[in-house]
Amino acid sequence: MKTVFTKPETMTDKQMHYCPGCTHGIIHRLAAEVIDELGIREKTIGIAPVGCAVFLYDYLNLDIQQASHGRAPAVATGIKRVLPDRVVFTYQGDGDLAAIGTAEIVHAAARGEKITVLFVNNAIYGMTGGQMAPTTLVGQKSTTTPWGRDKDLAGYPVRMTEMLAVLDGVAYMARVSVHDPANILKAKKAIKRAFEVQMNGEGFAMVEILSTCPTNWGMPPIEAVKWLEQNMLPYYPLGEYKVIGEVAG
Amino acid sequence: MSKVLMKGNEAVAEAAIIGGCKYFFGYPITPQNEIPEYMAKRLPEVGGTFIQAESEVSAINMVYGAAGSGARVMTSSSSPGISLKQEGISYIAGAELPCVIVNMVRGGPGLGNIAPAQSDYFQATKGGGHGDYRLIVLGPDSVQELVDLTIEAFDLADRYRNPVMILGDGILGQMMEPVEFRDTEIRIGPEKPWAATGARGRERNLINSLHIIPEDNDRFCQHLREKYELILTREIRYESYFADDADIILAAYGSTARICKAVVDQARQDGIRVGLIRPITLWPFPAEPFRQAAEYTGSFLAVEMSNGQMVEDVRLAVNGQKPVGFYGRTGGVVPAKGQIYAEVKKILQGGARS
Amino acid sequence: MASGRVFIHEDRCKGCELCTTACPQQLIEMSGNINAQGYHPAVVTDQSKCKGCALCAVMCPDVAIEVERGED
Repeated sequence: MKTVFTKPETMTDKQMHYCPGCTHGIIHRLAAEVIDELGIREKTIGIAPVGCAVFLYDYLNLDIQQASHGRAPAVATGIKRVLPDRVVFTYQGDGDLAAIGTAEIVHAAARGEKITVLFVNNAIYGMTGGQMAPTTLVGQKSTTTPWGRDKDLAGYPVRMTEMLAVLDGVAYMARVSVHDPANILKAKKAIKRAFEVQMNGEGFAMVEILSTCPTNWGMPPIEAVKWLEQNMLPYYPLGEYKVIGEVAG
Repeated sequence: MSKVLMKGNEAVAEAAIIGGCKYFFGYPITPQNEIPEYMAKRLPEVGGTFIQAESEVSAINMVYGAAGSGARVMTSSSSPGISLKQEGISYIAGAELPCVIVNMVRGGPGLGNIAPAQSDYFQATKGGGHGDYRLIVLGPDSVQELVDLTIEAFDLADRYRNPVMILGDGILGQMMEPVEFRDTEIRIGPEKPWAATGARGRERNLINSLHIIPEDNDRFCQHLREKYELILTREIRYESYFADDADIILAAYGSTARICKAVVDQARQDGIRVGLIRPITLWPFPAEPFRQAAEYTGSFLAVEMSNGQMVEDVRLAVNGQKPVGFYGRTGGVVPAKGQIYAEVKKILQGGARS
Repeated sequence: MASGRVFIHEDRCKGCELCTTACPQQLIEMSGNINAQGYHPAVVTDQSKCKGCALCAVMCPDVAIEVERGED
């Protein structure tokens, strides 16, 4: 018998602080597995967001810069321009990327910054206790939409993948999910492609990863993955929205 | 070494390059646009990178990333844009990163106007951003001094792992004066083993300002306090202009100080003993010269292009020993020599009032 | 015919139950015991039936599961 599954090298031993069933843990692991498989741990710099995943720096054994809320793509720009031969990635939630950081992600993508962005979309604000996110669905309850998101009051959710895919600077744009093992394995492939796109110097690469927040959705993890499948997939369809260059292969 | 006629904004940019700056991230705002424009042309010549960011917020965060990567990096803006940068500046100070920030101050508050002012003194020296941090703030009064202080700013930033601000004003940025670049060799900064450059052959580095456990943050803030006390003992600069025997001492910095020097000259010609103490470092503020002067002088008059900001630091330094008056013009209006002189004479005749 | 062995690190488990749905043979259930963190950890009911597909480990958000596989 040989080991076929174990903790990736790039992950530390520290127990992650995320809630039971929170998919951050899965996504951190996928990123670590990809970094291991590509052999890039020693030349990768990660950028931790503000949000539940601020403590990403405790779980990945990499050089990391912690960025102010929403500004990770700008920080990544500074890093990549100084260290163009290193691999630079950001890890951001839906508040970080799609609310306060909308300008930064748009312009990093427009400039074609050769960075990789992992966008964790769980349709709610986790760390601050469950407020509406730009990606919260119409009708979805949150602490700031107590009767469900009302489109007349709070408008419509934003589809960042579709929006950003039209920018010429984008070389790879995909939306995946981590609600079951088959999708988790597909998500890993997309994440790997997003890193390879950067390593090939092709341009901006981003993967939007549909995720759960059992605590703030108010349901157990097993129900949360079902809720994601039933409610988020129709609004946020999975797929590769832009693939140019060699990675398209 | 020959002198070259340069506009302040362009001189600051050239000085930064000599200081070793290889990365500039900025956003257009009057009256400092010549800085990014000069950098856009000149940085590629020295193998550097210029990016026009989408906002001042983005620019300061690009600075954070570049500084965390070990580079010498600069941004520039003017008052409202500096307001936008405050969170980023706090993060840079909290992560102990070096960088240089240039503020060519304009009339405020709000949109204000594009004329010169000195109304960002509080913002620069008393925080601006949140938390217990300090900026080293330098206030040049000529294009030459702008050049010399900018070159030095990069050394100061690296020496203390702290952001350094060049506090200019709209006059300084736009005026043209002969400038001498005494040494044009491009500086290289020190090695930065703490930078996040990729964890090859070492433990990983973390650029971070989050200390979630209060005791940890307390320890860190005490470390910062010790750093600032060290800067206080080592880096205070000021100029004393005929202040040793003055009956009234003016306190002014930047462009206002030049006008005050003309007032001192005129007064001395008229047989009135006026002097000037000109802070060059606004933080750390040169309190000691004011305290010492308070022992023999009659009173002080702070002169600023504001409603009175630096005057509070003069009052703190003088500590009630002698009256400290204030004369200022606001909104982009530049005080005239005659107006300041009239105020001086009023004080000397009518008795000083605080 | 592949066979597998799953190690669930009891004290890393947060009792989220996602692995119980991931196993194609439903070999995982939640223990009645409580672990050091205060959760009911996941346990494998019948290792002999495990094929070592590792889908449980793929699903686990806490890297609490290690999997071995061999050919019989």
